[in-house]
Amino acid sequence: MRPLHVRARRERVSGGGRIGTPVPPPATGRDEMTDRSQAIVGGLAAREQRTSLIFATRALFLKHEWLRGYTLMLPTLLVMVCLMCLPLFNLTNYSFWTQNYLDLDKTFTLANYAAFFEKPIYAALEMKSIRMSLFCTFATLILAYPMAYFIAFKVTSNKLVWLILITVPFWTSYLLRVFAWKVILGFNGVVNSGLISMGVIDEPLQFLLYNPTAVVLTLAHAWAAFAILPIYVSLEKIDRSLLEAATDLGDTPTERFWRVTWPLSLPGVIAAGLLVFIPTVGDYVTPRLVGGTTGIMIGNIIQSQFGRGNNWPLGAALSVISMIVIAFLVVTFIVATTRARAKTS
Amino acid sequence: MTDAAASLTARKAAADARGEETPQFVQSKHEGYHWTAEAPMFLYAVWYLAFLYIPVLFLPLFSFNDSIYVAFPLQGFTLEWYQDMASNPALLGALENSLKVGFAVSFLATLLGLLAAKAMTRYHMPGKAPVTTFIMLPLVVPGIILGIALLTMTNRLGMELSLYTIGLAHLLICVPFAMLVLMSRLEGFDRNLEEASLDLGENALQTFLRVTLPLAWPGILASLLLTFTISFDEFLLAFFLAGNEVTLPVYIWSQLRFPNRLPMVLSLGACILVFSFFLVTFAEVVRRRGVGPQQGAAI
Repeated sequence: MRPLHVRARRERVSGGGRIGTPVPPPATGRDEMTDRSQAIVGGLAAREQRTSLIFATRALFLKHEWLRGYTLMLPTLLVMVCLMCLPLFNLTNYSFWTQNYLDLDKTFTLANYAAFFEKPIYAALEMKSIRMSLFCTFATLILAYPMAYFIAFKVTSNKLVWLILITVPFWTSYLLRVFAWKVILGFNGVVNSGLISMGVIDEPLQFLLYNPTAVVLTLAHAWAAFAILPIYVSLEKIDRSLLEAATDLGDTPTERFWRVTWPLSLPGVIAAGLLVFIPTVGDYVTPRLVGGTTGIMIGNIIQSQFGRGNNWPLGAALSVISMIVIAFLVVTFIVATTRARAKTS
Repeated sequence: MTDAAASLTARKAAADARGEETPQFVQSKHEGYHWTAEAPMFLYAVWYLAFLYIPVLFLPLFSFNDSIYVAFPLQGFTLEWYQDMASNPALLGALENSLKVGFAVSFLATLLGLLAAKAMTRYHMPGKAPVTTFIMLPLVVPGIILGIALLTMTNRLGMELSLYTIGLAHLLICVPFAMLVLMSRLEGFDRNLEEASLDLGENALQTFLRVTLPLAWPGILASLLLTFTISFDEFLLAFFLAGNEVTLPVYIWSQLRFPNRLPMVLSLGACILVFSFFLVTFAEVVRRRGVGPQQGAAI
């Protein structure tokens, strides 16, 4: 309840009887029209049209809730369309053009797509990126699941603290988190110099940095929080009485986990997997910083077409192909898992 | 004598407090922590947190090391790299740019996110799920693809690359986060309060300003802070869309080529990490307080 004086003021302003006041009918002015000049008639007619239009729109808005909702979020939708759909469409457009040194030849061609299939390096890199990304997703999920399980089932107090501890690194600089791994794994980095100064090794280990393993490790670290949260949410939602029922009916904890908890947490695991897999396929920063020559991924080739390679249409075609491949994999995976789950249940 | 009495009352108060908590205590004994059975799990959780945090902590550690090589053993404490940093005009310029972009983006993204979150949580709309997916898309599309798509777009439109193009790109990835944060907040409070306000004769705008906004402010504050941090820390989009004026992460990237600037980059990175850490922790505390564990956790 707002303070009394404020209420009094507001009631004065609004005339006190605002509640339930009927909406005044539109001022049509048809009766007066006879003894007025034609000019005024014209003006009035226009006004009448305008007011009736306003009322019609208003009625439409009052009648349809969805219209109000979408109008409210119209600015957001417009911004997203302008900043995402149009650029992606434009990118696709570019992929059908040709680069002529500094100019773009805008005649339609599939040459860039043909190049993807002619030069084996592109397809090989695409496959390698997907493989590395799958490894990383798998590692992230395996590492994240017990942690999510722990927070959902074992932490009884201070759950908030644990959740915040998990989420905070996720919001902080991706570049710096990746850079930290370069510092750690480098030739003269933390691990090598640490081991040397402890006398464990004499020469720096060369296999730490600049290889696919370093990329997978760094990515698994950088995307950890993305995986934990969806799994945690799906575990937290599980009805605890189901677990009790399983125990009462004689399941051992292991059986109970595999027959109740795991299947119910699968949606979260799948969501987490997709959230990690899709962005990591096209990652640029990590392979560039810790991947070396053997660890490069498709994102690096795409970037080079927009940088030194200066072949934007080819870069555009490579990214369109990447998107199609990723989308295809994701859709196949989702269809397969929903079918498998429909079969078992 | 008085001391003894005081300690006695203190103990009594503590006992009372414990007495009040008895049901909880019993409950936690019943289904809670069994040290022997759950020690491995707890240890794993601690190990996992170490895995998350320790790699990043090497940046601040070596930023105080008196050597241009990032290597053990540590050479001694110095603040030289921080002084270098503070007297570097290019760096300060980049910092200013980052702040400008961050403020503008966080404000706009939160505004747009609020509109969307309000519509999503308060209206029955067909097609809500696909629209949500659509707005969330920038979170899953690889950043490099968004970056080059925006780059080709600016090229097509003949736009100069500038802080504005960076800002637009950041807006694209910040709006989904703002919407998520605000949706979980708006779902978290009683809708009846808004309905009561409408029934008592306030119009939609007044209700929004006088009921929704005060209740949603923790979400709004969190959204402002989080989107600011995202924009402040974002590298890839800024890398593609920067003109002559760069943001801080792009500046860091450009310095990575020079080995002798590494210590300065470390101290800069340490500052950014500490700054982001506090901002984000504050935002998370504000945001998650008073919201159920499930709603708050959905990123």
